[in-house]
Amino acid sequence: MVRLPYTTALTTLFSYGLLFVFGQLRDFFRKLLGWIRKPKDQLKGYAPICLGLEDFYVRRLYLRIQDCFGRPIASAPDSWFDVVERCSNDNNKTLHRTEKTSRCLNLGSYNYLGFAAADEYCTPRVIQSLKEYSASTCSTRVEGGTTKLHVELEELVARFVGKEAAILFGMGYVTNSALIPCIIGKGGLIISDSLNHNSIVNGARGSGATVRVFQHNTPSHLEEVLREQIAEGQPRTYRPWKKIIVIVEGIYSMEGELCKLPEIIAVCKKYKAYTYLDEAHSIGAVGKSGRGVCELLGVDPADVDIMMGTFTKSFGSCGGYIAASKEIIQYLKFSCPAHLYATSMSPPAVQQVISAIKVILGEDGSSRGAQKLARIRENSNFFRSELQKMGFEVLGDNDSPVMPIMLYNPAKIPAFSRECLQQNVAVVTVAFPATPLLLARARICISASHTREDLIKALEVISKVGDLIGVKYFPAEPPKHLNQGHNKLE
Amino acid sequence: MALAMVNVTASVLDWVSSYFDAPTRAVVFGVPIDGHLVVEALLVVVILFQLTRKSYKPPKKPLTEKEIDELCDDWVPEPLTPQITEDMTYEPPTLESAAGPHAIVNGKEVVNFASANYLGLVGNEKITDSCVGALEKYGVGSCGPRGFYGTIDVHLDCEQKIAKFLGTPDSILYSYGISTIFSVIPAFCKKGDIIVADEGVHWAVQNGLYLSRSTVVYFKHNDMKSLENKLEEVTRRSKHPEKVRRYIVVEAIYQNSGQIAPLDEIVRLKEKYRFRIILDESHSFGVLGNSGRGLADHCGVPIEKIDIITAGMGNALATDGGFCTGSVRVVDHQRLSSSGYVFSASLPPYLVSAAIAAVDYLEENPSVLSKLRTNIATLFNELSDVPGLVLASHILSPIVFLKLKKSTGTGKTDIDLLDSIAKQALEEDSVLIATTKRSSLDKCKLPIGLRLFVSASHSESDLLKAAASLKRVAALLIS
Repeated sequence: MVRLPYTTALTTLFSYGLLFVFGQLRDFFRKLLGWIRKPKDQLKGYAPICLGLEDFYVRRLYLRIQDCFGRPIASAPDSWFDVVERCSNDNNKTLHRTEKTSRCLNLGSYNYLGFAAADEYCTPRVIQSLKEYSASTCSTRVEGGTTKLHVELEELVARFVGKEAAILFGMGYVTNSALIPCIIGKGGLIISDSLNHNSIVNGARGSGATVRVFQHNTPSHLEEVLREQIAEGQPRTYRPWKKIIVIVEGIYSMEGELCKLPEIIAVCKKYKAYTYLDEAHSIGAVGKSGRGVCELLGVDPADVDIMMGTFTKSFGSCGGYIAASKEIIQYLKFSCPAHLYATSMSPPAVQQVISAIKVILGEDGSSRGAQKLARIRENSNFFRSELQKMGFEVLGDNDSPVMPIMLYNPAKIPAFSRECLQQNVAVVTVAFPATPLLLARARICISASHTREDLIKALEVISKVGDLIGVKYFPAEPPKHLNQGHNKLE
Repeated sequence: MALAMVNVTASVLDWVSSYFDAPTRAVVFGVPIDGHLVVEALLVVVILFQLTRKSYKPPKKPLTEKEIDELCDDWVPEPLTPQITEDMTYEPPTLESAAGPHAIVNGKEVVNFASANYLGLVGNEKITDSCVGALEKYGVGSCGPRGFYGTIDVHLDCEQKIAKFLGTPDSILYSYGISTIFSVIPAFCKKGDIIVADEGVHWAVQNGLYLSRSTVVYFKHNDMKSLENKLEEVTRRSKHPEKVRRYIVVEAIYQNSGQIAPLDEIVRLKEKYRFRIILDESHSFGVLGNSGRGLADHCGVPIEKIDIITAGMGNALATDGGFCTGSVRVVDHQRLSSSGYVFSASLPPYLVSAAIAAVDYLEENPSVLSKLRTNIATLFNELSDVPGLVLASHILSPIVFLKLKKSTGTGKTDIDLLDSIAKQALEEDSVLIATTKRSSLDKCKLPIGLRLFVSASHSESDLLKAAASLKRVAALLIS
């Protein structure tokens, strides 16, 4: 729920307009110079890769602030890491690496439970499995790529999430885009949340089914859309739909909001639609024992038909999984192209997930898992409440480790990013096209490996930079003592 | 009767014309009102009157809430997945060791022909050491997409290394083998563009072609005559050849048949008709050519003539992920508009260091390529007289593809026969062979068969053992 004040909207539009005018001027001069200089002969007869306006945004707006994105790092993405400094000789058009690095606080990586760097329980086991199974199986799952580790992890994931069976894939993006065409095709209807991730959009488009969108996180609008669609049937032929699938995410990565899962499940049950829950950011990060949004909101996993998740965020590995009933998983193993044609997940990565899940469940014999879960919850809640007290506009619900801070103006994006980097805090700023044009934001991801001192330093820096740029859109509360309620879990 | 009609008509006409030709009866506002003006004015009034009448539309009754409720109650959805049948319960063999030339399945040691481990790098000491170093330094995952602190210095090193090895200006890394090609194609081809593709391309390419929404024309598998005809047809039909982007999509070594694409012929056609080439070198990178640089090296074509080269690294380089290389413009464009690059986490650093170590190994030991070639030739020779099966792949291809000489009737019985051959070979002779599996979403119509992936680390006895086993089992099962 973003409350965009009128003056801010006007100034943002004005800034974009100015940038657009200047971009067009520079394009005009470039075309002029192009006429004067002769074109290269070898490209004659070929259409250019990008015509005129298609990459206007990239050339004239994005390239100016290119140094805020794609910053290389030289160490593990832990709570403190080394950011490589880059320099440019031609006004940000090309960036070159230098040898210098600076140690910064990491507020941008998806490292929710702190498994990103070498871990005392996981890393020795990962190295062991690397020596035993080598880095890759060079084969697909159905030919010679299934190892004992894969079978073990599938059972463990199914047990962790609370479903009957699970299937693994080597990449989270492919999980969505290769799975949705498998379970629905022409004659079916997909109703997806308006802010769903690009992988879901690609999968829905690739399936051939009709796609309709409902307003973000609004179960009443979902009900309206369902009623209308079931009553009307397929477009043009008016035949009844073969099946309807509703796709939602657990935590939306650009808003930090939790999905209103109980209401949505109730609506879907009433109208006999199937539900597909994408828990990329929420598995392992929320819930009392890390089991995700279902546990946090009190929903029975048996009510959700298909649960999908990735291992990149909370488990510090790579890959994705689908958990559902035995029949669905059996069918997927038979016909899903990502299972039949793609290289199987790398065995050390599988071992990392197995060890991480064992730590979270406490099966490694220590209570580190429970400590990590408690810490990430406290860190998120503390950080969010402090930011709100300072007067920033922060989105997202309580308990969610993702918190976007609204910036709006295009000039504030590089300003925030560069100023924070100078003070050794690394943040992520997001603009169009990942978010709507007027709603640019900085996104903070809290980790269980951040200590209370780290968070306090981050708050100081962000507050100073916020004052400097002017992003404190709301009135600040009078500052209380920050060390009140210091937790002894460290 | 006719005369009476004529008389009546004539008198009516006279009457009408008398009104038309009536002399001016009145002068209103200086305009003389002739007779015909009155008739015309009446006609205009009648027309206007008709226009103002509403046309008859049957009344529209929107559905009431109660009717919608009834429809929703009546509607019964199909089950999410179809009924599970007998052939859907296939369980693949589970490995208990690394997927090298000899692997352990169900406690027994088998000769492994199901891993595309062409250079024998699975289990290589140097690569394992570099991976261990990377694991201790960077952990396992990279925890972020490339744009948000997921770019680690090893990624940049690897991109430069691959570009230097191939001789191109720049390259870009992807985090998964099959997502490379189906992210690259939609990044360059949009609605309205024209693509001419081989009909035997694998599913990932087909998915990329579908997602790009361009016009796709298929030509007969590896048939240059058919390609030329299609290019001719497409160029003739297109209206603005300078504004429309046109691509030819081929694979260097086709996964579905083991054929090798004749690149010099394709480049000649591309220059004649002004198309760009997208070449997928997943199975030929590190295999073909004197130094392993792929199909361009093998055919003696300068690498600048190929516009876009993609490859998955899960085969010869024994790691995971993929890369794409080409001119600077091509690579830069993908950094912001390729969905598999922008919206997905980057490749884990230990796999990247494995890739760097693998390319180093290939540069230092080019003799491994000649060993691979000898192995392929030996196996090809041995398998040329298997009863009931015929070799369908190219003589230089590391994927040795055997298809049935005569189909047993339906596709299903063919698959069952091949599966039983592979199963018996595994259980009785300890030789692990793969049959091609086709997904229901795959549109490729090429015949299925048995695939053997030859590796440089297979010994001669391994190859002879596999050939003997196949001959024996095929003689038993194929009547």
